[in-house]
Amino acid sequence: MSHARTARRVLAAVASATALLAISACSSGTPTQTAATGSSSGDECAAYQVYGDLSGKTISVFTSIASDAEAKPHTDSYKMFEKCTGATIKYEGSRDFEAQLPVRLAAGNAPDIAYIPQPGLLQTLVRDYPDKVFAAGDLANKNVDTYYAPEWKTYGSVDGKFYAVPVGANVKSFVWYSPQMFADKGYAIPTTWDEMIALSDKIAADNPGSATKPWCAGIESGSATGWPATDWIEDIMLRVNGPDVYDQWVSHAIPFNDPKVVAAIDKAGEILKNDKFVNGGLGGVKTIATTSFTEAGLPILDGTCYMHRQASFYQANWGDGVNVGEDGDVWAFYLPSMSADTKPVLGGGEFAAAFSDRPEVQAFQAFLASPEWSNEKAKATPNGGWLSANKELDPNNLVKPIDKLSYQILMDEKAVFRFDGSDMMPSAVGAGSFWKQMTNWIALGTSSQDVADAIEKSWPKK
Amino acid sequence: MSWFLKPETQPEKILVMLLAILLFALVMALVLLVVDRPRLPKWVPATGYLGPAVLLITFGLLWPGMLTIKASFFDRLNRDFVGLENYIYIFTDQGFLIVLGNTVLWVVLVPLVATALGLIYAVLVDRTRAEKLAKTLIFLPMAISMVGAGIIWKFMYEYKPKGVNQIGLLNQVVVWLGGEPQQWLLNPPLNTFMLIVVMIWIQAGFAMTVLSAAIKAIPDEIIEAAKVDGVTGTKLFFWVTIPSVRPAIIVVLTTIAMATLKAFDIVYTMTGGNFNTSVVANEFYFQSFVQGGPQIGAALATLLFIMITPIIVYNLRQMRISEGER
Repeated sequence: MSHARTARRVLAAVASATALLAISACSSGTPTQTAATGSSSGDECAAYQVYGDLSGKTISVFTSIASDAEAKPHTDSYKMFEKCTGATIKYEGSRDFEAQLPVRLAAGNAPDIAYIPQPGLLQTLVRDYPDKVFAAGDLANKNVDTYYAPEWKTYGSVDGKFYAVPVGANVKSFVWYSPQMFADKGYAIPTTWDEMIALSDKIAADNPGSATKPWCAGIESGSATGWPATDWIEDIMLRVNGPDVYDQWVSHAIPFNDPKVVAAIDKAGEILKNDKFVNGGLGGVKTIATTSFTEAGLPILDGTCYMHRQASFYQANWGDGVNVGEDGDVWAFYLPSMSADTKPVLGGGEFAAAFSDRPEVQAFQAFLASPEWSNEKAKATPNGGWLSANKELDPNNLVKPIDKLSYQILMDEKAVFRFDGSDMMPSAVGAGSFWKQMTNWIALGTSSQDVADAIEKSWPKK
Repeated sequence: MSWFLKPETQPEKILVMLLAILLFALVMALVLLVVDRPRLPKWVPATGYLGPAVLLITFGLLWPGMLTIKASFFDRLNRDFVGLENYIYIFTDQGFLIVLGNTVLWVVLVPLVATALGLIYAVLVDRTRAEKLAKTLIFLPMAISMVGAGIIWKFMYEYKPKGVNQIGLLNQVVVWLGGEPQQWLLNPPLNTFMLIVVMIWIQAGFAMTVLSAAIKAIPDEIIEAAKVDGVTGTKLFFWVTIPSVRPAIIVVLTTIAMATLKAFDIVYTMTGGNFNTSVVANEFYFQSFVQGGPQIGAALATLLFIMITPIIVYNLRQMRISEGER
């Protein structure tokens, strides 16, 4: 063997060794496998017969929920499906989900099903990778038509084609408060926007010159700083301009700096930029920009703040020993609309999209839209903090009072549900300029017009 | 062998990692054993020693670097050529102009101030009794990661409204002096200077260590000759010490300038680039990984590369000159 060949082989070996190192360093995420226990018959499996016998088939699921404790309710919720159909669900979660999913699609290593938390991301994926995302099957279509309100189907659709079935849901139009503080002062829960402003004025007048204010807010959230302020704008857009203008705004049929949008931002400013109203227990207006959203509601527990607008998932932030409920330490009321007759609801949720059209994948996608899955998931989540918009979800399976209230609001006949707008806009806006400019709006005192102009300018051309 | 190629549990992953390290060590040992034998043609040991490094640099640095430069001339999906569009966007957008301005501020202030402080400190503590302790103290920040430093200084600048107990040291001092607590990280342009202070705090120790060694290397004869000629105090410092350590000063300045251009950790942890404090490195991260603009991220990375190149070239030339002097 010549020396040259030896050296070349050695080099190749070195290269492969380093490549191995790189691979082992890169393998992240926590794939867990739940074993199938084979098909079994019986009444409990009656609802699953429609999916057929899937023995020996494996379906991979990819989500942003990575830690074992948080992933367990998900893997548990598939158990009946695995038991009755014989299929195996391979669950994988990654905190880097949003960045990882496009990379995996581009590399040809797509999961079968992915839980996508933003319709905007779904749109981007469908448009960037048209032959990698598959439309939902007939059974999934039927389930969503039967069990979900029509708007949920539109959020899982791109350019009129239905791709992703709704999975989880949350409600954002909540104002957290202390029932005890309200009762002590004789304050009533406002039922219209004007009543709420009148109440804020009254609270401000009752606490002259003190650190106690009617509202507390915080929009600091690390690299996502600003998002809680976008929720404010979205909620107020829905209330001031109605759902139709809201849809035009989100889809960019009207420009971001349309006078109606600027008016909505100004309306939010009546609370958020009003030193009389904010920031209870935390200081002046500008402290909103540096207060973490996780801590922004806590002054309610100290009695230095009366109201905090934040989504249902804020229940996890109150801390141990704080009783969240109608008669508890903190509770939430629906953020009132302009009149008591309309009930716009801002919320969010995840959608399960398929990257394969194998029959077992389509069956599993349909299962996720079924009442069986929603109820299994609710039962598998003993600590609460989860709900879906499935009409056949049994509210008694929901553990936490705020989850029940959220579900009740979602199912309300009068309620008009709209998805979080920033989650549907292109990420250059929805995860970029909208957050940044709202932060400037608070921190630097930028005017509503300038903020809207800057966001409009950043909207991608194509 | 499936666990070997696709490890799934933690023990399997650790085992694969250990095996890979073992394999790497074995291969390297083999390379060294083979090329170290006498009477081989000269290029065999040269390839053996340089080959791995060249391979790693080619596939780990040059190749991705070229892909990045290419991506900066293409659209978001890296499919259509767009010419200079991404660069034009960076240089015309109001937000990016602030980012570029901040970067210039950083790269001018941090090296100058850190080196000046390090030099003065090195001269002051030189040959004093507490020299070792004094040097250790100022060198300590170098040992802290920039994220750690960012978090520490965030506490230093922490704001609580008037009348509430202050957590931040700086605001507590202001309150003791009878002033109003300030939001140090919120109001531009002050907040950018507040962040620059952190970087100076980290880098001054590095400057001090290198310059102190250079000062000690000045031959005693030169100092004595200067003293015989009647040069003392500040004159000695400006006419003798500084010219003697000039090569070291330049190396320190350029090294800190490069570290400053690359630093995004401090901005990311302390303000997240909000409130007009962003710098190019931070904006590159946000564009590439948060806001779905990898083409803008690539253009920013290329821009950073162009900015850093002259400093590296100058640094190398100075090093060669000072080596030639010896």
